Amino acid sequence: MSVQNITYWQALNRALDAEMAADEAVFILGEDVGLYGGTYRVTEGLQAKYGDRRVLDTPISEGSFTGLGVGAALVGMRPVVEIMTVNFALLALDAIINMAAKIPFMSGGQFHMPLTIRMPGGVAHQLAAQHSQRLEHTLMNVAGLRIVVPATPQDAYWQLRQAIRADDCVIVLEHELLNFEQGPVDESAAPPPPHRAIVRRNGRDLTIITYSRMVKPTLTAAAQLAASGIDAEVIDLRSLSPIDWPTCVASLRRTGRLLIVEEDSRFAGAGAEIAASLTELCFSSLRAAPVRLAALDLPTPYNKRLEELSIPQPADIAAAARALIGANPEENAA
Amino acid sequence: MNQDLHLRFLRDMLRARRLEERLAQEYAKGNIGGFLHLYPGEEAVAVGVVAAAEPGDYIVSTYREHVHALARGVPMRAIVAELFGKRGGCSGGLGGSMHLFDAQRRFLGGYAIVGETFPIAIGAAYAVQLRGLPEAVICFFGDGAVNQGTFHESLNMAALWKLPVLFVCENNHYQIGTEIHRHSALTEVSKRACAYGIAAQRASGMDAQVVHERTSTMLAQVRAGQGPQLLELETYRYRGHSMADPGSYRPAVEVAAYTAQDPIGAELRELALHCPDDATLARLGLESCSALAARYVQAGHLDTAALTRLEAEIQAEIDDAVAFAATSPEPTLDDARRALRPGVDLATLI
Repeated sequence: MSVQNITYWQALNRALDAEMAADEAVFILGEDVGLYGGTYRVTEGLQAKYGDRRVLDTPISEGSFTGLGVGAALVGMRPVVEIMTVNFALLALDAIINMAAKIPFMSGGQFHMPLTIRMPGGVAHQLAAQHSQRLEHTLMNVAGLRIVVPATPQDAYWQLRQAIRADDCVIVLEHELLNFEQGPVDESAAPPPPHRAIVRRNGRDLTIITYSRMVKPTLTAAAQLAASGIDAEVIDLRSLSPIDWPTCVASLRRTGRLLIVEEDSRFAGAGAEIAASLTELCFSSLRAAPVRLAALDLPTPYNKRLEELSIPQPADIAAAARALIGANPEENAA
Repeated sequence: MNQDLHLRFLRDMLRARRLEERLAQEYAKGNIGGFLHLYPGEEAVAVGVVAAAEPGDYIVSTYREHVHALARGVPMRAIVAELFGKRGGCSGGLGGSMHLFDAQRRFLGGYAIVGETFPIAIGAAYAVQLRGLPEAVICFFGDGAVNQGTFHESLNMAALWKLPVLFVCENNHYQIGTEIHRHSALTEVSKRACAYGIAAQRASGMDAQVVHERTSTMLAQVRAGQGPQLLELETYRYRGHSMADPGSYRPAVEVAAYTAQDPIGAELRELALHCPDDATLARLGLESCSALAARYVQAGHLDTAALTRLEAEIQAEIDDAVAFAATSPEPTLDDARRALRPGVDLATLI
């Protein structure tokens, strides 16, 4: 099969289709995933192909249908739960954190948890405070969960398939603004390991670590920086739990400067973990203190201009990179 | 109702009662940590319900689940070792009193967040239904769990998709220290099932025979594809909520009334054994003694020898289980790390 240019949602759809065809234990459940085809079209056409038992429309009961997925996984099914958006996952945190993440452990390893939970989130088009959240900070702190954050259609395809095949619980954090982004997808290519970070742009002056929807504005900023003579390396983490530290460390050892770009709020967010761990891992290589560029510690405002101001934009990223380089101009010159 | 089944009920309930009396002692000695929620008074529920289950059925239980596990056939050694936090425990010493699991016996665990058994049960039942198997799921819950959202969400889905679940309410009338009239607008739990079109019954949970008959009938309906059923069993715990709770909020007259209905006393009456001697009566505990005394006046025929033999067998089993638990090794941190995601090596995934 050759490389095709498809959208992120189409890539997710093909991943689901491939895994449902390969394994009868795979079934999908969630609100409007069946007849309606998914609110972001991700499950489009699958109920017609696999029937209403394997593509199950549920009532609006996030806590219990996520828990249903846990119970089915306990007895050997491979459920894929779609939580319509990250925001509604707050109603399912007991099922995710108290059940899915802990049952294998507290059973002494007797039970596996082959459960995939998909949830698109992030700041999209003026969806306002209750529909513009990021939940990675909460989920990252939970032992027993893996979290993937695909930024491209190809990664969406690969990482969702890998999640469904996993014998432990994997959270697929999608991004609402990425759903209609296009990109090349090669369905026959061998995927990298699901949690390996990828260097999206090579550079020597600083390392910018980011993930999910922030990869694109970061690459835009890197192009602007290149025009002014600053050569930024951009790492797309692809996964927030576990994090591929070796890829990050190798880059930092060369550049000595770390900028973290995240869409989640700054306080106690993913960036805090990344900054702390990388400081511990390569303190002696750092030529300046790590810098975090994150969303403001506010609920997301509805107002369009304020919404934009609340999360990092390419200009902010470029400015933060320049400031970081400028922090030690003499070393930079040397 | 045959004599063998009654003897099984008596044996299972006495095993449970005597084991838990011993667990209370081991807790006081410091051999058991954390919370310990004991079951005396409620034995007829676990014993009667589980006796009606097939080996292929799944059981989902709460944090007061030692007796469900024991009745299901989880070895007493594995239960006590788990409470001691040892590697030989049924959850490898990583779960503890509130999290007994046994995959082989389809015991899907004890859950310690009230209301969690509902979604777990409908998930297992959905898998059973997708596979078209003649299996059922038994979902235990207490009266305090019916005010959680998961009760309503899960009953709705169970009824909507006709899932093979028997919901079993152990109504002991208290959510920790709050009596049911103070926590529920409707105190008959079984009536709530009609909101979802689920067939429900209410019965005494103090008589293993009644519990067993009702469970068997309802499980047959579940297996016949008639959808979920709900069985409310009225019972009573003689102790407080946990070892930390003396249960002093309960009127003495109420405790006395339920003590007179002790399920073990009821079984002994049913069996009409010959009168035990004073020492045996003392071992049975006060509540059973009073029940037995009444029966003694009425019938006067009890078999001392059989009861003594049974008590001795149970005592030996408990002593063996405690000795096993005491000498079982501690789990290691490597055991804990492996249990987090069994069979998955994160290092290969980066």
